[in-house]
Amino acid sequence: MFSRMPFWPDAASTTASQVDALYLFLVMVSAIMTALIFTTLVVFAVRFRKQRGQSAEQIEGSHTLEITWSVLPFTVFLSFFVWGAVIFFQERTPPQDATEVYTVAKQWMWKFEHAEGQREINELHVPTGRDVKMIMTSQDVIHSFYVPAFRIKQDVLPGRYTTAWFRATKPGTYHLFCSQYCGTQHSGMIGWVIVMDPRDYQAWMATGGGNQPMTATGQSLFAQFGCATCHRSDTQGRGPSLAGLYNNPVLLEDGRTVVADENYIRESILQLGAKVVKGFKPIMPTFQGQLSDEQLNALVAYVKSLGQPAAEAQPSAAGMVTAAQ
Amino acid sequence: MATAVPVNLGERESYLNAGYGFKSWLLTRDHKRIAMLYLLSITFFFFIGGIFALLIRLELLTPSGDLVQADTYNKLFTMHGQIMVFFFLIPAVPAVLGNFLIPIMIGARDLAFPRINLLSWYFYISGGLLMIYTILAGGVDTGWTFYTPLSTEFLKTNVVTAIFGIFLAGFSSILTGLNFIVTIHRMRAPGMTWNRLPLFVWAHYATSIIQVLGTPVVAITLVLVALERLLHLGIFDPSLGGDPLLFQHLFWFYSHPAVYIMILPGMGIVSEIVCCFSRKRIFGYQAMAVAVLGIAVLGFLVWAHHMFVAGISVYSALIFSLLSYFVALPSAVKVFNWTATMYKGSITYQTPMLYAFGFIGLFTIGGLTGLFLACLGMDVHVHDTYFVVAHFHYVMVGGMVVAYLGGMHFWWPKISGRMYPEAWGKLAALIVFIGFNLTFFPQFILGYMGMPRRYHAYPPEFQILNVLSTAGATILAVGYLLPMVYFVWSMRYGPPAPANPWNAAGLEWQVPSPPPTANFEEQPVVTWEAYNYAELGELPENQEVPVVR
Amino acid sequence: MSADQTLALGAQAHDNPALQHHFSTAEQQRNSASLGMWLFLGQEVMFFGGMFCAYLVYRYKYFGDFGSASQTLDIRWGALNTAVLICSSLTVVLAVRAAQLGKRKALTAWLLLTILLGLVFLGIKGIEYAEKFEKHHVPGPSFTYHGTVPSHPDQPVDPRHAEIYFSLYFAMTGMHALHMIVGVGLFSLLAFWAWRGKYSPNYYTPIENAGLYWHFVDIVWIYLFPLLYLIDRHR
Repeated sequence: MFSRMPFWPDAASTTASQVDALYLFLVMVSAIMTALIFTTLVVFAVRFRKQRGQSAEQIEGSHTLEITWSVLPFTVFLSFFVWGAVIFFQERTPPQDATEVYTVAKQWMWKFEHAEGQREINELHVPTGRDVKMIMTSQDVIHSFYVPAFRIKQDVLPGRYTTAWFRATKPGTYHLFCSQYCGTQHSGMIGWVIVMDPRDYQAWMATGGGNQPMTATGQSLFAQFGCATCHRSDTQGRGPSLAGLYNNPVLLEDGRTVVADENYIRESILQLGAKVVKGFKPIMPTFQGQLSDEQLNALVAYVKSLGQPAAEAQPSAAGMVTAAQ
Repeated sequence: MATAVPVNLGERESYLNAGYGFKSWLLTRDHKRIAMLYLLSITFFFFIGGIFALLIRLELLTPSGDLVQADTYNKLFTMHGQIMVFFFLIPAVPAVLGNFLIPIMIGARDLAFPRINLLSWYFYISGGLLMIYTILAGGVDTGWTFYTPLSTEFLKTNVVTAIFGIFLAGFSSILTGLNFIVTIHRMRAPGMTWNRLPLFVWAHYATSIIQVLGTPVVAITLVLVALERLLHLGIFDPSLGGDPLLFQHLFWFYSHPAVYIMILPGMGIVSEIVCCFSRKRIFGYQAMAVAVLGIAVLGFLVWAHHMFVAGISVYSALIFSLLSYFVALPSAVKVFNWTATMYKGSITYQTPMLYAFGFIGLFTIGGLTGLFLACLGMDVHVHDTYFVVAHFHYVMVGGMVVAYLGGMHFWWPKISGRMYPEAWGKLAALIVFIGFNLTFFPQFILGYMGMPRRYHAYPPEFQILNVLSTAGATILAVGYLLPMVYFVWSMRYGPPAPANPWNAAGLEWQVPSPPPTANFEEQPVVTWEAYNYAELGELPENQEVPVVR
Repeated sequence: MSADQTLALGAQAHDNPALQHHFSTAEQQRNSASLGMWLFLGQEVMFFGGMFCAYLVYRYKYFGDFGSASQTLDIRWGALNTAVLICSSLTVVLAVRAAQLGKRKALTAWLLLTILLGLVFLGIKGIEYAEKFEKHHVPGPSFTYHGTVPSHPDQPVDPRHAEIYFSLYFAMTGMHALHMIVGVGLFSLLAFWAWRGKYSPNYYTPIENAGLYWHFVDIVWIYLFPLLYLIDRHR
């Protein structure tokens, strides 16, 4: 509806049209309120200007008016809140089966890795009609992943993952900006999101060639760093089995129950004794400083894939047997 | 205006001629002299901050970063923000107009703690000197928000000196607030009950509560940032186990209420002006007083609306969004009450009233756009874009600076004993209004289009709106320079002002212009309401013509 | 204001050379000073509050590591310091009482005793800091930490988290010590003036307000001691 309008951003995602509708509502209501106040001011300024023989009438106030013009605007404000909250809730709830793209931001570039293994720098190719979930972390300072055409934005933090998701609707090339001040080349940390028809996207993926899926990379790292020694598929390991771990609740030693999301997996790898599972000893060493962010992402992708029903990436048979949940 | 002839004010003792020489000013305990010391210093810093703003706008005329280097640009917007926020917006109205007027408005001889008042100016100056040193030593480029770990681990600029400059300015702010609270509680003249206080005083009371309770939090937070930077502590750095979001929470816990420190005194000014130039008491006195207190209290509960996309949980975001709509309400009520005050008034359009009209209009727009930002789904798109820049400049410049200018014009006769030239005043007000809107309205559009803030270079489709904005900035600069010139001119050539040129309500208009050092010969006993325009009647005739003594 | 009132005020001013010109009565001056000090203490609460907030966040986040680091502090010095400060608050109260009763020598003595106790506190803090320095627990390039979590003796402590504990330890106790030094300096001035006879039952506001300040510094320590020294000691 708003494509190619001057002074208006492209609308290229499902979220964009929702946000635009909300924006128009806010603009209209604000315009009406502004017009009302401005008109009243102008009318009063003219009508009640100083005139000979007339003096001002001293009015103390009116409780009724105070209440009216508190309650009415407040109900309007509440509508702003509710509509915005609904959209926000959707924006913060990535769909379950979204395609995942791991992002590592650093001063001053964006590094993307698709689950299938393609790597891109400062450019992100995505197909229309597919839910895409960005799993993002920073190597240094806080950055922010902002695609105006999608109307989404999410700060990217060092030391943890933050996520954002979108479903692109219109092929085209759209701005990607870093929108959290990050030092000298902050305004240079920009790129493009290239949305393609699914067929064009498949063609593009094919030209990549020779990439192995992140889960495969993760699997070899899992072996290389000796994770499999303790995290066996049976109950004999010194560490808990990781099959079916992702997105499920875990009971910890200290009695808390947490959901095993990407941050849980990352923390467990990097932080000594962060969240020890009940019944296990805190003997897992830390891999802080031994893994690059990209390697960490691959490991996380691999652990997430364990015990999941057949999806894009398959755990290989070697070393891990998917346990029944 | 007739031929300018220097005019003497005669031999009557006033705070201006009670002693000459540096010592009598630099060691003064008179709240009015301290206000003047502040006036000179904050004008100086406004000027520096304004120059940085012009350089920023010049750079942004073209899409490529061709005027200054990226690092220089980052320093420009950082120091523009730091100087404007901490050395102009926060102190200006309280330390100049508040200091000057509050004791007189409540019938007191001075503030409760005159020496602490002077001390607060010295803290301000020390902080200011540190900022000047920071600038000369190469500047600082953290952004005025100092986000970690960028500011603690990654920048090589003069972060620590900037922090201590701001710390000292903050301490100055705390002492001013403390002084005002005690003064308003303990020094009111007999009969000056809380219900008879001018709304200007109520506004400063609410502001002072925020200054005293909020500023220390940013003080300790910035101290921790400085320590972390010097000693590599790790409290805010994830690579050392720290949490960068903790910094943001602690920072915004003050920095959000800080914006209410900036706007509430301006709202107090507008109440005084609207009543005087409508010749009416304020509509809904109690609602107005409750509103400023409500803004002060609620303002402490909404800080994380600056962090919706920072990585806080969805539930935190929901709560802070809802609370932000609560704090918008008392502000809206004030706008309605000012408008209602004009109903059946007897309105004239002297310069202060023009600024008051400007404030109400621009604050309405600024406040409404704040509602956009409080709206979660909307904020995700426009956070950290020019939409935010436009919003806060509408409330801070279109709101606070406009109110400040209105107040300076309104009370100039009292402060200086001179009338400013009314025609020039009106002209400057018009130039400010036009320049301001041209500068900042296009930025709303830029923001929704997606132009991020703090960008030195930008994609070419954003250029036309940036050019409009820069054009507006140059016009705005002229609008600001004019009063600086004609206020100074009026000190020598302006017609002497009578005690009450506007026939306004308030004890400050019962003392001579300029007031004597002790303010009152006898302590007044108050038996009338704050806005007794029923007794006062109309504005004096022949306001445009200089009053001959 | 009537002529009688003016005369009465003049008389008061004469009675009370400490009455400042902008106050109408000594009572107004006293009340103002008191309210001012309470407000100042209010902002001090917010100042320390920022650090307490940071401490609570990390104590929750790094529960075991903080417990371990806390146990490297010597609880005996901490307890002794607590007793010293509480006694010094007592001496301050007695000083105020002496001022109220016009007892110049007693006032001076109690003030000097308060100063002495304050210096004892600072001395003990110095001993503790020296210990930390020797054990390389001072945050910075030479920081090292080896320990295990109190609740799970086989779980090693992440030294980075221990460093955060010690950063907050030094920041909080350091800021507290700084406030104590200011307090000691303040009382030194007051002791000098007390000796010179500046205070009387008519005018002892500075003693009272300095006392309030000192009580505040004491209360901050009452919170610091359990939070920094006593966590996880029951294990």
